[in-house]
Amino acid sequence: MTNTTLNPATPLNPRKHGIIVGAVGGIGSALSMKLAREGYTLALLGRNKKALQSLCAEINKSIGETRAKAYEHDVLKYDSIPALLRTITKDLGGLDLFVFAPGAIYFPKMDEFNFAEDSKMIQVNTISAIAWLSEVAPLFQSMKGGQIVGISSVAGDRGRVGNPGYNASKAAFTSYLESLRNRLTRHGVNVITVKPGFVKTKMIAHVQKTPFAVTPEKVADVISMAIRKRKQTVYVADIWQWVMLVIRHIPSFIFRRLSF
Amino acid sequence: MTDNIQRRFTTLDNFGHSVNASSYHFKPIHVDEIKQIFLLAKKLGLSVTARGAGRSYNDASLNGGGISLNTTEMNRVIKWDADTGLITAEAGVTLEQIWKKAEPDGWWPPVVSGTMKTTLGGCLSTNIHGKNNFQMGPIGEHVVEFTAILPTSAEITCSPKKNADLFYAMISGIGMLGIFTSVTLQMKRIYSGLLAVDAHPVPNLSGQLSSLLEDAPRYDYIVGWMDTTAKGASLGRGQIHAARYLHENEDMNPNETMKLANQILPSTLFGVFPKAWLPYFMKPFVNNFGAWGVNTAKYIASLRTHSFRQPHGAFHFLLDYIPGWELSFGKGGLIQYQSFVPKETAQSAWREIIRLSQKRGLPSYLGVTKRHRPDKFLLTYAVDGFSLALDFKVTQSNRAKLSAMLQEFDKIIVQAGGRFYFAKNSETTSQTALNFYGQETVEKFKRLKKRCDPNHLLESDLYRRIFGV
Repeated sequence: MTNTTLNPATPLNPRKHGIIVGAVGGIGSALSMKLAREGYTLALLGRNKKALQSLCAEINKSIGETRAKAYEHDVLKYDSIPALLRTITKDLGGLDLFVFAPGAIYFPKMDEFNFAEDSKMIQVNTISAIAWLSEVAPLFQSMKGGQIVGISSVAGDRGRVGNPGYNASKAAFTSYLESLRNRLTRHGVNVITVKPGFVKTKMIAHVQKTPFAVTPEKVADVISMAIRKRKQTVYVADIWQWVMLVIRHIPSFIFRRLSF
Repeated sequence: MTDNIQRRFTTLDNFGHSVNASSYHFKPIHVDEIKQIFLLAKKLGLSVTARGAGRSYNDASLNGGGISLNTTEMNRVIKWDADTGLITAEAGVTLEQIWKKAEPDGWWPPVVSGTMKTTLGGCLSTNIHGKNNFQMGPIGEHVVEFTAILPTSAEITCSPKKNADLFYAMISGIGMLGIFTSVTLQMKRIYSGLLAVDAHPVPNLSGQLSSLLEDAPRYDYIVGWMDTTAKGASLGRGQIHAARYLHENEDMNPNETMKLANQILPSTLFGVFPKAWLPYFMKPFVNNFGAWGVNTAKYIASLRTHSFRQPHGAFHFLLDYIPGWELSFGKGGLIQYQSFVPKETAQSAWREIIRLSQKRGLPSYLGVTKRHRPDKFLLTYAVDGFSLALDFKVTQSNRAKLSAMLQEFDKIIVQAGGRFYFAKNSETTSQTALNFYGQETVEKFKRLKKRCDPNHLLESDLYRRIFGV
């Protein structure tokens, strides 16, 4: 798409290659910058071509060589994925890391049931992730390596009154990632489920109460650490691990009466 | 074949285990399958690189994100004529298969690499040389004819007379014009299974090069070992091994010495110690201090001038003597930097690069010198002069420094009129390649490439690197 060629790896300039789907969002762009600085060559995917290109330009300028390349992509166009993945793998010269970061959210009112919005959330947050991973997983399984990062959410840990559609989309994604991990670990592939809480991006701009909110840069730092250490499930921030432990154990007869 | 191409995705590396790349891996057993692979590549927008034994030290057989066409299943010797010494074999046949076929009948491959595991296709693509380059030239000079498939699916036959432009370009053409399918090679007559070898020490670089220059005409093979850790007045010291074939009647019992059993390398050391264990024992010595110790000890051991007879296999295939030796270089693997420099400028250029490596604390652990002469292949690396091959260990912490140093080496070597060999060097940039090949050669090669491969299906990591695609 952009006329930039990525330098091939040599023994003295080895490269790790990564794909970030949903690179324009807050977490995606912070993670792109972070991983490029750590030596990754990246394919950045998103719907907003202009924003993607300026993100690539910013990364490449900051590093001093072409490290990021933009690919315009709508995650709901499932059929385009196999060919796009082949093109990207060819352009990068390989693939070591796949990150799925897109997230759609709609905040319904307490008595609102909105199938259109729920369906969209499930398509973006879950179905498109499965569409991508169905292509990436056999590739990694065959090469006996690679890491998959799925950005799920603490919202997937329990179905709450506030947002059934969003909870369901993230619960399904978390569960899919767990199955994938159980399938792929034996083939040398690591699968990381990232569960951020509130992240200071425009997704939650109008939300009133955002306890334990972290910056996208903090999420990027945690993901990068998780990749290096080949972790499996990480919460951002750490406190969510304990909060969710408690929430997961609230008995239903109480949970039904709560208002969050 | 197109179904589930992801299931073919495989990580492959190089001889030095210093770089890897993942590709869709195909292992055709028939020429028609090669055509299908080209069609598939075109359909999917992927590039193709042939890979033989994967014995190059760089990225010549790697194609990250593309198709790797492994030729090793196409490994039949098609015809062997023990009267004329002509052998015709598929491109996946190794030098090991060739010499084992021919040697008992009194023939030896005219040119061999330091390992016998290389395939004919790989040997022709990089146009390998041996320790007899000053006499016999590269392997391409002994190819009587070859057949190949072009990416257009055209099957062609080339010889020095027929399709001569392609003959001289495909041999040396780093596999970027077509895929070799069969090769007919003229073998060399031998009258004994042994070579007569003379060994003597040389005290410094000037002694090393003058010995290569003056002794070469009297021998069939010559090779120098260099103690790359020696400094000052001893810089470039080492040992010369020069060997010649035995004439008829010099060997009293040629039938015995030519028996395969007397050529095959032993799998144990001193008769008991399994050689496969050696890389683990070598590991503690593969560092700056250990390399100094081993080089110094080897030099002291080489001070004795002596002559002996040695089987062909043992003389040539040092790299196979310790299987898996390259593993002793550890996780980062090793790279080899080989430069070919005219005889007039070699001494000053190499003095400069060896000093630089010592000053930077990045000494080479092994140095090997040879004598060369020019040849007329398109992407030739040869000069009327010498080559010096330097092995470097790659580690997480020395990569950046080593990379910067090799770029300085390249400048010094090109300035001295030198060239590089693409079974070896892994860091040469497209600018450096253009500088030593010259614009005219590069353009001629690209014109031929366009003719043979109009859709740009053949591409390797090496090609992208040195031709800046």
